[in-house]
Amino acid sequence: MSTSSVSVLDRARTRVLAEGQGLEEADILEVLRLPDSDIPAALQLAHEVRMRWCGPEVEVEGIVSLKTGGCPEDCHFCSQSGLFSSPVRSVWLDIPSLVKAAQQTAATGASEFCIVAAVRGPDAKLMQQMRDGVKAIKEAVDINVAASLGMLSQEQVDDLVDMGVHRYNHNLETCRSYFPNVVTTHSWEERWGTLKMVRDSGMEVCCGGIIGLGETLEQRAEFAAQLAELQPDEVPLNFLNPRPGTPLGDQPLMDPKDALRAIAAFRLALPRTILRYAGGRELTLGDLGTREGLLGGINAVIVGNYLTTLGRPATSDLELLAELKMPVKALSATL
Amino acid sequence: METTYCDRCGEPADGDGHDGCQAARELEPPRFCTHCRRRMKVQVVPTGWTATCVEHGTLTDR
Ligand code: SF4
Ligand SMILES: [Zn+2]
Ligand SMILES: [Zn+2]
Repeated sequence: MSTSSVSVLDRARTRVLAEGQGLEEADILEVLRLPDSDIPAALQLAHEVRMRWCGPEVEVEGIVSLKTGGCPEDCHFCSQSGLFSSPVRSVWLDIPSLVKAAQQTAATGASEFCIVAAVRGPDAKLMQQMRDGVKAIKEAVDINVAASLGMLSQEQVDDLVDMGVHRYNHNLETCRSYFPNVVTTHSWEERWGTLKMVRDSGMEVCCGGIIGLGETLEQRAEFAAQLAELQPDEVPLNFLNPRPGTPLGDQPLMDPKDALRAIAAFRLALPRTILRYAGGRELTLGDLGTREGLLGGINAVIVGNYLTTLGRPATSDLELLAELKMPVKALSATL
Repeated sequence: METTYCDRCGEPADGDGHDGCQAARELEPPRFCTHCRRRMKVQVVPTGWTATCVEHGTLTDR
């Protein structure tokens, strides 16, 4: 039998499901190219992989913007860049409101609370707000604190470790070859540099991106393979939500079938990672999409609202998890 | 007070083309003050949002 007559899903069953190794780039691309009729089988296999290598728990997270808008960078999808005529205005969240947001997130049963700032990298003011904010949260509520503050210096990495930030998010956003089409004010390699420092510090690495930025399927596969090389603890998967006023404001929404292929492909590339549904799922996949994703390789969700846009109510996701008999990952399991 | 501007795109509310804005608003907070068209300071948190116009005060999702 020639290898080409063995389908990519058969190969994945051996390599990924049985052996726990991610698919290589050529096979990731084949998954992204599967005919519509094979999508259910791909999602089913991705689900089996997730159950075998990660288990049934779902990690629930809330995110909040500590500093919104006015960012000097030009990521073409982002409504928070100060370089586009986006309606998003610059605003800071005060510490009492930050603590309240953490409490409300914990009340949903979430174990993760990620503090995000729209910056190239933190300045002294932001680091001070983080120091005060993380301390106040830890005094008031039991929840893991994560952060996403752009590119870091080694000193800032050390400071975040010191504050007790357990995971750092820094998305590569897209593959290396497409990145210059999406961002011109900094490079993919600069982002990679921050990720290496975070990894070496002992903080957990959270790194994902946005699908549907205009990248080709080859580039989507390249991106999954590059993430697999990094081996992040968590990969948040966003689907482009075209924002008014941004260079990608008129980009069409992704085809929902392509989004489902991407979910399966990313799980088969990254069998052991926490694969999180992030922004754009409601718009791209509708209400049913959350169920399909959770039965197709996804094992983490952002509940409630995003940074500048709104999500489904947390209760809708939590009811769905109960119905699917997928326990919410408890705080104690992640400490 | 009379409503004058679309809270998503900031254009006069009596014009055409706000159906898309209305649909989008299900998953977005308001951005423009409907009274004066100022861009509002909008803070989204996991369980809600507030939007403040310096002249016309604060709206919330509740
Ligand atoms: S660095 Fe972050 S906040 Fe700034 S424009 Fe890029 S994605 Fe938006
Ligand atoms: Zn409008
Ligand atoms: Zn006003």
